[in-house]
Amino acid sequence: MSHYNEMFEGDAVRDPYARLSQWVATMPDDFRQMKQAEAEELFRRIGITFAVYGEGGDPDRLIPFDMMPRVFEQAEWRKLERGIKQRARALNAFLRDVYGRGEIIRAGRIPARLVYQNEAYEKAVVGVVPPRGVYSHIIGVDLVRTGKDEFYVLEDNCRTPSGVSYMLENREIMMRMFPQLFRHNRIEPVDQYPALLRRTLESVAPPKCTDRPTCVILTPGHFNSAYYEHSFLANLMGVELVEGQDLFVDGEFVYMRTTTGPRRVDVIYRRIDDPFLDPLCFRPDSMLGIPGLMDVYRSGGVSICSAPGAGVADDKAIYTFVPEMVRFYLGEEPILNNVQTWTLWKDDDYRYVMENLPDLVVKEVHGSGGYGMLVGPKSTKEEIEHFRRKIEANPSNYIAQPTLSLSTCPTFVEEGIAPRHVDLRPYCLCGDRIELVPGGLTRVALREGSLVVNSSQGGGVKDTWVLSE
Amino acid sequence: MLSRTASNLFWMGRHLERAETAARLLDVGQRITLLPNTDAGYQNEWNSLLQASGTSAVFAQKYGEATQEKIEEFIFFDRDNPSSVVSCIEKARESGRIVRTALTSQVWDALNVTYQELRRIERTPREKLDTAKLTDFTTGHTSTVRGAINATQLRNDGWHFMNLGYSLERADATARLLDVKYFVLLPRIEFVGSGLDSYQWQVILRALSAHRAYHWAYGGDITAGRVADFLILNGESPRSLITSLYEAVWHLEGLARRYGPDVPATARDKAREVQEALQERDIEMIFDEGLHEFLSWFIGELAAVSALVHQDFLLGGA
Repeated sequence: MSHYNEMFEGDAVRDPYARLSQWVATMPDDFRQMKQAEAEELFRRIGITFAVYGEGGDPDRLIPFDMMPRVFEQAEWRKLERGIKQRARALNAFLRDVYGRGEIIRAGRIPARLVYQNEAYEKAVVGVVPPRGVYSHIIGVDLVRTGKDEFYVLEDNCRTPSGVSYMLENREIMMRMFPQLFRHNRIEPVDQYPALLRRTLESVAPPKCTDRPTCVILTPGHFNSAYYEHSFLANLMGVELVEGQDLFVDGEFVYMRTTTGPRRVDVIYRRIDDPFLDPLCFRPDSMLGIPGLMDVYRSGGVSICSAPGAGVADDKAIYTFVPEMVRFYLGEEPILNNVQTWTLWKDDDYRYVMENLPDLVVKEVHGSGGYGMLVGPKSTKEEIEHFRRKIEANPSNYIAQPTLSLSTCPTFVEEGIAPRHVDLRPYCLCGDRIELVPGGLTRVALREGSLVVNSSQGGGVKDTWVLSE
Repeated sequence: MLSRTASNLFWMGRHLERAETAARLLDVGQRITLLPNTDAGYQNEWNSLLQASGTSAVFAQKYGEATQEKIEEFIFFDRDNPSSVVSCIEKARESGRIVRTALTSQVWDALNVTYQELRRIERTPREKLDTAKLTDFTTGHTSTVRGAINATQLRNDGWHFMNLGYSLERADATARLLDVKYFVLLPRIEFVGSGLDSYQWQVILRALSAHRAYHWAYGGDITAGRVADFLILNGESPRSLITSLYEAVWHLEGLARRYGPDVPATARDKAREVQEALQERDIEMIFDEGLHEFLSWFIGELAAVSALVHQDFLLGGA
């Protein structure tokens, strides 16, 4: 299979990479190794580490950083930007609808079962409309590229997409190590993200909030693999980073415990999942949540970002209907395409998938992080047969997609520089406005030939450039 | 400031100071064993150290008889010993990680580097490490962290909480190191005033990095009275009980001023009270009362202040 190489067309260097290719060509080997070591030292010193659930090992493992940037032209980015914003509007419209009258279901465009029996559908918030009607305030849209103008959405992350701190730190470190690169290339900045995020959160303050809203980030705690990101964002936004134990409900409001007594909290950017938010409403054994939080939320005393229940929009089964949502709610044609997807609860699709397992990628509907999936072409016969039995046991738990020919980007490896597969996650902010910083997080599969870019499975990250006009 | 943040900053300070104390204990013990010894050999001295740090029961249970290697392992490396250097630095770094947003990058950097270095030392074969190296490592790195705190942190409530942790812990540590002296001499009361006795006092001064300072302040002979005076009542001595307490009161005053009359200040009131009680004494009174009795009283009062800090600030008024 031939893959689209983002830097080279045959032997010719594509326009966006023209200057970079000189930079690489004239870089001595020992210099590169020195810089790589310097980057690692910087990451370790700053404390950016990534702990992987269930893998044990070093809790302070570094996420590999590749110094070779990935580059987009302004025109390429503009189109992606429009597509992502369109998608974000449709997803929020869908959430407003399914917790309201359910028009899209009445119209027969989406089966009721997929929505109302979905694990992520929260009956507790039916009829509750959050401020400005926004349910998902930060949407991470995972994109892959297969050709010059061919981009596909792999999945949407409407709950609490992580990784944005890497986007910011990658840039920070690149600018520190290679300032001359930034003088010679005109690269759109990304460091306005924390300010935009704070503005977005403030713009969805609850009705009962009259002063400038007090925002906080709610973290499960420092054992969480994304804790670094939580504290990093809190710091850059200038808001408190709280745990469940720091918050309590008194009457109509939520307060945090401070050295000078209780202080009211208006907007909670939560980085914990729905079931753990409030033991009185969801899981009674949750130690992470705040008893009574949902009552305050429902009565307009506090905003929760993303809103409880937003997860129903990014389910892999719902995913297949996003283009339909764009048409239904916005009356537009989708700018970004979905990847063709077979849903195994349909008989025809089931038959096709089971006959073609070695060529397909099969995913669990609720899985994430690259776990619980089968990459057919990269698996042994035994692995495929093993997975087949899992599918037979519960077909509706799976979807399948063709193995895409993911684009590659030049990446520094042992022997020098070589193409590796990449994806892209831009972060879209939804409040009174919809905003997007140029670029996003590029993840790269560092193993030769590998298509799995998840950091928990040997993926790394790159700085992502959007060249200005 | 979040109560939990304040609590982590307070304990970060305490644990850093405690790590340093553990290293100093190791140093005191090592020097005492270099004496042309009492007939019981080095065991009494080591036991006295463990007793002073309140960990002799944990040690006896895990290691049985004390040897130099076992004690070193226990005081420096052992994670089962909550007061070991490794335990304390790990906890301090953990607190720091939890409140990253309240620390400057220089402070975090210094703290994190200390931790990373410590892990490297842990992997070093023990025979390649000597006690002096371990002590120097600890005091060196903890000083760097303290320096970063003083040079870069905002002078806000967080800074007060960190330093409050430091000063209360330091007062406690000096009191405990002095108490070692009591345990060491307990079996052989006839040593009091002998040459051996003054050598042991000298060792304690060295362990507190106060050996030269003492000579500047008092000149001449090392006597029990002068050393005790230096470490308890001398306001110039940086690690004396009175200096440490003075600093604790100063930081509690700072918090009271910043927070105003709506936030309780019972910890400050208590600390002031202990400070006044110290100021009323002179060294003869303390020796008449019994050094050990006096130190036990003092350590108890510090625990009370610490409990009131918790009550005043760290519960969050829920």
